[in-house]
Amino acid sequence: MDILRIATAGSVDDGKSTLIGRLLYETNSITKDKIEALESASKRKGLDFLDLSLLTDGLIAEREQGITIDVAHIYFSTPTRKYIIADTPGHVEYTRNMVTGASNAKVSLILVDARQGVVEQTARHLSIAALLRIPKVIICVNKMDLVQYDEAKFEAIKDSLSSLVAQTTFEGQEISFLPISSLFGQNITQAADKMPWYQGNTLLGELEAFEFAESLAHAPARFPVQWVIRPKTEEYHDYRGYAGKISSGTFQVGDVIKALPTGQESTIASIEKFGEQLERAVAGDSVVITLTTDVDISRGNSLVLASDTQAPQLKDFAAHICWLDHQALSPGKTYLLQHGVNLTKAKISQITERLDVVAQTSSQDVDSLKLNEIGGIQLRTAQPIMADVYAENPSNGAFILIDEFSNSTVGVGFVK
Amino acid sequence: MTNSTIKDKIGQFPRKLEDESIYIMREVAAQFERPALLFSGGKDSITLVRLAQKAFFPGKIPFPLVHIDTGHNFPETIEFRDWLAKETGAELIVRYVQDSIDQGKAKEETGKYASRNILQTVTLLDTIEEFKFDACIGGARRDEEKARAKERIFSVRDDFGQWDAKRQRPELFDMLNGRIAVGENVRVFPISNWTELDVWNYIKEEKMEIPSIYFSHQRQVIERDGMLWADSEYLNKEADEIPFEATVRFRTVGDMTCTAAVESDAVEIDIIIEEILSAEISERGARIDDKRSEAAMEKRKQQGYF
Repeated sequence: MDILRIATAGSVDDGKSTLIGRLLYETNSITKDKIEALESASKRKGLDFLDLSLLTDGLIAEREQGITIDVAHIYFSTPTRKYIIADTPGHVEYTRNMVTGASNAKVSLILVDARQGVVEQTARHLSIAALLRIPKVIICVNKMDLVQYDEAKFEAIKDSLSSLVAQTTFEGQEISFLPISSLFGQNITQAADKMPWYQGNTLLGELEAFEFAESLAHAPARFPVQWVIRPKTEEYHDYRGYAGKISSGTFQVGDVIKALPTGQESTIASIEKFGEQLERAVAGDSVVITLTTDVDISRGNSLVLASDTQAPQLKDFAAHICWLDHQALSPGKTYLLQHGVNLTKAKISQITERLDVVAQTSSQDVDSLKLNEIGGIQLRTAQPIMADVYAENPSNGAFILIDEFSNSTVGVGFVK
Repeated sequence: MTNSTIKDKIGQFPRKLEDESIYIMREVAAQFERPALLFSGGKDSITLVRLAQKAFFPGKIPFPLVHIDTGHNFPETIEFRDWLAKETGAELIVRYVQDSIDQGKAKEETGKYASRNILQTVTLLDTIEEFKFDACIGGARRDEEKARAKERIFSVRDDFGQWDAKRQRPELFDMLNGRIAVGENVRVFPISNWTELDVWNYIKEEKMEIPSIYFSHQRQVIERDGMLWADSEYLNKEADEIPFEATVRFRTVGDMTCTAAVESDAVEIDIIIEEILSAEISERGARIDDKRSEAAMEKRKQQGYF
């Protein structure tokens, strides 16, 4: 059974919470006591229908303000798939949460209010989905009930987005448009009887049909070492195993590997998982690798295939960055850079541009990047990092920046 | 749901969840100096122990199991706890809520709904201070409750163990930032993304042992608020609450005073899984402590609850 992670994004009032609530409701993912709690909460609000948005709007502050303020995770499953939704707010000031929620997603759901059409946030979300290389985007034109399920209205929204989509999309990204009504359950899991003109998949149908993940196993092999296992017991006296989660590609017993940054070579003697001996392991597998020879390897080192002459070691490089902190990014300041499990000091030598993701333009005259801004930077690290170009190998191309004093995660970068 | 759709939904355990949780366990061991695994004896913390075993095999689990004993636990839970510690060779640390009460740091609740659930927080924070734990691994899942749906995997708590929803660090991709200031600690939730069904399917596929109270058995119970409660010396009964024998099991394992039983004939795990799928009550619904108010969990979390 595989897992499909979805990020939802949308502006404050376009009905995102209702959409998710509807998806849960129609996939039988809500139990009786939760429905009862929903009924009484809906009644307290003076509503005569089930307010499905209350299922996901969790925090007290949200209930007071009636908006979603943080990333919430929601789960449902079908016989074939487990789905994890990262429900992220669409506020301008909470773009950092959207990036956070979307960072693990394979599908981005973008909501557009059928009455309002495309707004600034739509462009922002499309751009971010492209920057994060999310392989599938589903644009849900919601609240079709409020425009009398008018096909022309839907087509007009689609047309108005076409040039923006063409600008942001990358090769291999799938983009689809769906007319829906979350409030009345049109086209969520069941075909829209109110929109006979629409012949495509329902939202759930679209999610169930989406194929992914094979690409990861074929990406270059990368194994960041998390922890060295040395039991020093009678039975495992000389045992030395390297524990980690393969970030991309495939490793097999017998592969000749090299450890970066030292470059020392060895051969994989075994790939193990709780005593079980595996022949091979692929991206996403948490395993222990043992080698035929003693090599000096510690946490933060990476194993790659010895034949891989392209394996990167970066010390001075360019990246896109999304700033996540109230204190602006300032060049010259030292930060901690975490790439996977590897930590090193880094200095931003230059901010090269600030991107306007709505207008799709950039300005070069920049001296700082503020919260929620996206830009280009040049940075230098104390130790080399084994990161790939993000667009070519997303699972090994991102890093975070940590403020040395506040310990906060202040930025997320994507190697250019 | 009809029976055929229930069978369809059981599915398999998504193995990628285990890989992610093992990754988190290893990050805890690597990033912190004095981590601990908070062990309650429930199925979620038993799952954590298995994941920790797998993460470091053939090495031992490199941190202790810590149990905050309320004194109101089911005896079966305590027996199981001691067995598991022995079986895995892990170090076991037990601290008692009764000691916090005796020291005047916590005050026993009174009345019909009195429980020691909230008092645990006092003992937990004292234990963290005693051992200078900088990371505490817990079995919370985001699907349990609305406030937990927003919880991070590494959740930073201040000196007073408090959680601040607005101060949470963004978690991007699988990168976990465990850096903290002196006095702060981190709660770590390696099975954040598992659902109740995932946990049960995992226990089944791994053929794990669990405490006997999860399975159907005969027990003296009383009925209160439409639910069944285990009769015990710790339960403050009203005059009309007369114990009777019933065939029950427990869906969660908390204190005897605040964990309700469900009527069940499920003597094996497959039947439990089917029962969960057709259940009309979600898991935390069987715990009185969440029902006190809609925002109950969030308030307790701000005060340093697990």
